[in-house]
Amino acid sequence: MIAVAIDVLYFAWLRERIGQPRERVETGAATVRELVTELAARDDWHAAAFADLSAVRCAVDQQLADLDAPLDGVREVAFFPPMTGG
Amino acid sequence: MAARVQTEAFDLAQELAGFGRGAGAVVSFTGLVRDDTGAMQALEIEHYPGMTERALQDYGAEAARRFGLSDWLIVHRHGRLAVGEPIMMVATAARHRRAAFDAADYLMDWLKSRAPFWKREIGADGGGDWVAAKDSDEDALGRW
Repeated sequence: MIAVAIDVLYFAWLRERIGQPRERVETGAATVRELVTELAARDDWHAAAFADLSAVRCAVDQQLADLDAPLDGVREVAFFPPMTGG
Repeated sequence: MAARVQTEAFDLAQELAGFGRGAGAVVSFTGLVRDDTGAMQALEIEHYPGMTERALQDYGAEAARRFGLSDWLIVHRHGRLAVGEPIMMVATAARHRRAAFDAADYLMDWLKSRAPFWKREIGADGGGDWVAAKDSDEDALGRW
């Protein structure tokens, strides 16, 4: 497993719970779900943000994706609550 | 054929001047900040710079393809907005009214739950609650 650097972005209440809008992480995760598991184990703030995955949406390289999306070659992953535009 | 994300207010008449020239039908929708509780000071809108512009462009292009639009425009604001201010607008132009109406409706359904914006209602005490997504908005996508 080769660790790569990925920019992880947070929005809305995920950003507030984690306490920062973005961080750069070294990870060997193969999918978004594996990355979530790694992030949630970091500290209590991350754990709280990812406690209920049914309330979390994600984008991979700025395209909406699901938690099983592969991370191969990916540079940016974002996590956020369901969107409320319009 | 344009999508814009901005903090400034927009003027509907100005946006529609010259829009869809040559079309038979132009439809526009404008969303305004609404105060459901009577205690709201402002609405704060966060977005995902980069992805937002790309997503709006993609949804506009898809609406154009699907409904045969000759022109479309999406303007969505972010930042802090007062009650009554315009939040966003879509405009669609087609040969006939049905396509223009349907395309505007389609775009609104997509923007509601697939464009990366998050709203927070700022109350009298300055604190704010994030607006929860509605199941009905998610369900509306099933119509298309």
